[in-house]
Amino acid sequence: MSMNNPKQRLLLSGNPRGGSSSCIKSRFTRGFLRALIKMKKQNYNQPTSSSSSSSSRREAFRRYRRVKIAADKSMAVAAGSKRLWSRAMLSRIRHHQQQTWRYHRSTFNHQPIKVKRLVVEKKKKKKKKKKKKEEERTGDHHHHRPRGLRDAGELRKLVPGGEGMDICSLLDETAHYIKCLVTQVQVMKSIDQFYSIN
Amino acid sequence: MSSRRSRSRQQSGTSRITDDQITDLVSKLQQLLPELRNRRSDKVSAAKVLQETCNYIRNLNREADDLSERLSELLATTDTAQAALIRSLLMQ
Repeated sequence: MSMNNPKQRLLLSGNPRGGSSSCIKSRFTRGFLRALIKMKKQNYNQPTSSSSSSSSRREAFRRYRRVKIAADKSMAVAAGSKRLWSRAMLSRIRHHQQQTWRYHRSTFNHQPIKVKRLVVEKKKKKKKKKKKKEEERTGDHHHHRPRGLRDAGELRKLVPGGEGMDICSLLDETAHYIKCLVTQVQVMKSIDQFYSIN
Repeated sequence: MSSRRSRSRQQSGTSRITDDQITDLVSKLQQLLPELRNRRSDKVSAAKVLQETCNYIRNLNREADDLSERLSELLATTDTAQAALIRSLLMQ
């Protein structure tokens, strides 16, 4: 797609109208609140769980995960599909949901899924090795770059989808990702405050 | 085969990217960091900016985690939550 062209993307990110933060903020707020309301409705319909502490703790963790995923999902949706990080985040969430679904199915059928997980981990390791080799090979071309930019590995791990980006789009996506994270935290804080007052 | 393809793509990608673009992007990133925002961009190295960016993202993620936990607790305990949520949805 044309959006993968870094020059075009840079031009777009310089455009103040393209994805302004206030627009993202209201979209995120609306999506996240809608998800919370939906969650609350489902919680009402669920039978109250038993009082044993381990199950209630598990229940609390499950609820936390749902809120966290809802927050990330609405943030990625609000950012739009033009962003690489939001697409990566959405596909990661989808993948995770598939995995938990598989896990639940396997526990129902009493079939272990450890074998599958091991295979996935092995594949990931292989990919990482390949990437490292590529980086070493292409590293020679980057000698003129400012120091420290060649090993942006830490940042790549923190930005969704960062592992496959070239340095220019990584920096661009990181800037946008940070803006969205700040918005996410702001909105969640204000919802929390709103709750505490009422 | 696949490695050759990706290498050629990377090379064509890097030829389009100039150092000016990168320094421009790094200084844009610096403007977003509360730690380095008020410093002059030529005083801060790119590596420092990247390091602070990582720290900042980690902090924001931690904050979002804590808030998710708080909100999930509130959602489970408060009965009036639904009404309050709808009200806040209408208010914005």
